[in-house]
Amino acid sequence: MTDQSFFRSQADLLPERSPPPATTGVLGWVRGNLFSSWLNSILTLIGLYLLWIIIPPALDWAFFSADIAGDDRFACTSEGACWAWLDQRYNQFLYGFYPADQRWRVNIALLLLIPALIPLLFDKVPGAKIGRWFSLAYPFVATILLVGGFGFESVPTNKFGGFMLNITVGLAGIILSLPIGIVLALGRRSNMPVVRILSVAFIEIFRGVPLITLLFTAAILLPIFMPPNVSFDLVVRVIVVVTAFSSAYMAEVIRGGLQAIPRGQYEAAQALGLGYWRMMALIILPQALKISIPGIVNTFIGLFKDTTLVIVIGLFDILNIGKSMVSNPDWLGLSAEAYVFVALFFFVVCFSMSRYSSLLEKRLDTENR
Amino acid sequence: MAVTESSSFQVRRIWTDERARSAIFQLLTIVGLAALIAIMVSNTLANLDARGLDVGFDFVGDPAFFDINQKLINYTSQSTFGRALIVGLLNTLLVSAMGIIAATIIGFSAGVLRLSNNWIVSRMVTVYVEITRNVPVLLQIIFWWTILTGLPKVRDSLSLGDVAFLNNRGIRMPAPILEEGFGYVLIAILVGFVAAILVGRWAKRRQDETGEAFPAIWTGLGLIIGLPLIVYFLTGSPVDWDIPERTRFNYRGGFNVTPELIALWFALSTYTGAFISEIVRSGILSVSKGQTEAASAIGLRSNLTMRKIILPQALRVIIPPLTSQYLNLTKNSSLAVAIGYQDLVSIGGTVLNQSGQAIEVVAIWMFVYLSLSLMTSAFMNWYNRRIALVER
Repeated sequence: MTDQSFFRSQADLLPERSPPPATTGVLGWVRGNLFSSWLNSILTLIGLYLLWIIIPPALDWAFFSADIAGDDRFACTSEGACWAWLDQRYNQFLYGFYPADQRWRVNIALLLLIPALIPLLFDKVPGAKIGRWFSLAYPFVATILLVGGFGFESVPTNKFGGFMLNITVGLAGIILSLPIGIVLALGRRSNMPVVRILSVAFIEIFRGVPLITLLFTAAILLPIFMPPNVSFDLVVRVIVVVTAFSSAYMAEVIRGGLQAIPRGQYEAAQALGLGYWRMMALIILPQALKISIPGIVNTFIGLFKDTTLVIVIGLFDILNIGKSMVSNPDWLGLSAEAYVFVALFFFVVCFSMSRYSSLLEKRLDTENR
Repeated sequence: MAVTESSSFQVRRIWTDERARSAIFQLLTIVGLAALIAIMVSNTLANLDARGLDVGFDFVGDPAFFDINQKLINYTSQSTFGRALIVGLLNTLLVSAMGIIAATIIGFSAGVLRLSNNWIVSRMVTVYVEITRNVPVLLQIIFWWTILTGLPKVRDSLSLGDVAFLNNRGIRMPAPILEEGFGYVLIAILVGFVAAILVGRWAKRRQDETGEAFPAIWTGLGLIIGLPLIVYFLTGSPVDWDIPERTRFNYRGGFNVTPELIALWFALSTYTGAFISEIVRSGILSVSKGQTEAASAIGLRSNLTMRKIILPQALRVIIPPLTSQYLNLTKNSSLAVAIGYQDLVSIGGTVLNQSGQAIEVVAIWMFVYLSLSLMTSAFMNWYNRRIALVER
């Protein structure tokens, strides 16, 4: 008998018991994450209360009791938002005063941006190498499409406006500020004292003053600095100062990347007999730029948001179009609607850029381990 | 033949000699820059001459002839341009200081809350951070300003407990009137601060020597708050409140905070607070998990672990980017011009229009903002060094 009880068969083992119900499933998750301590419970309750007083009224305002049709604000009779203006005005929000029969050019320029961006963002796409030649040509193609020439009817830049103006200034600033930023960052670390001092002065001055004062400079002072009979376009002047401003920030981001490259890399490149430019172009910069990608994208996002500042010198970007619409008698006081609409554009663009940058950050992070 | 050969040899040697090459390059840079500046100066002089303007800062002594509604120092429309600019500078400093304090509080709380293991709270904070970060701050400023100026008119002001009133002209709040004897309260506050610092030092030394803890923070708070309170009541409550009273068209008494200031302050602090929360979050995450585990292994509570172990180490990562956020906030306060808060840029713009001295006004702007930037970064660098020294 004793023998038998000693050599128990496996079937006699106690069955596995399930964990206490309060620690698994929905209940367990709720207890662990929301009500693990009294402080946590209070936070949860406050959070739930805030959600309750914010979300339902907001949804109700934006969708359920909103008016969507009508010719002016008097057509909007319900309690909620009045989206009736969208029908009449959305073209103005997108294109500003760009001639209506030429707006297809803006659309094509925007569509062409997609094939120009893809080979730059994703290097595993087939044909990425050839695609990059198109990316290189894109700025010129887009300029011709927007401004005119080569058979296109010319459109003066004072007709630029709406979100298209934000994208134009933002994109031009992004394309130009990266190479200038690289040059400034290299200049700041140069052995030549004159180059170093000039780079430091440029970077510190442009980083130290608000963009708004630079825009006033572009609007008021740059014409004074030019020869008396020469005048150049206000949008171009804005692009110049926006570029200068963000290339100073870009330079600091890239300098951070350059500082992270160990000395051995420089010495190895020199040992191979590479000169300064080839050492930088082939060895140092590819590594430094890769580390600084998150910072570079953040600078891009900042630059793009800053394009709204052009309203202080009287350009009609999407924010100014919204601002002027809500002071129009037909749509007076629809400020919440207009600004939420404008905010949506920026949120979509900036949020996708920041998602892309954190995606890259994660990918590069695993590659380095 | 021989001569040309040797000279071409010379030229090639200069080209391959790094020092000679860099000297030539630097010389060319200087010459090019000097030429550019010379051209610009001559253009400028020609243009100014054509427009009949003269250069110089003499205009700051001329009377301004415009009004400023928010002023921290005496100013009338008879005051000078220079005084108007100082009023603007003080307004810039006021909103920046208020914004920096609020943004720091918002940013640190949001950063810590976002790391909380409470799912609802961390998600809500994430939504706040992502929305405010990805929408232009100018849009946010204009948005809040429109909401505030859309409040009821003065006649139908919202009353906050019958002492403060909210309407489309801002908030009218009771103003303190200091009476005789308030000086003692001020002295008590000062004494409280000094005593709190001394107690803190003594407690730290005692803890270092004997290991015995002393509730220095609570004692300090008691000294800073309690002592002035006692003195306040002993001297017979020397503060009288000037409570705003409704008149026919407006309010009498109290003081008014303009909607421009509130909107600008609120938008700047929530916007910068979102960025600061990201910095705080990554700073806390940069402290390795082993530190938390070691702290709980020696029996520290989570609140003490945060205060004594995590934050001091995280601060070293946090301070440098925090500095640039403070600078950004100060610079972004110049967006005030879009809603008519009279800061340095806005008043400068008025001065520029009235006097026509564009170059001088822009130079003043740049000089002031550059000095503010340099001073802030100098202070933060000093603080950063002080923290870094604690390391080992």
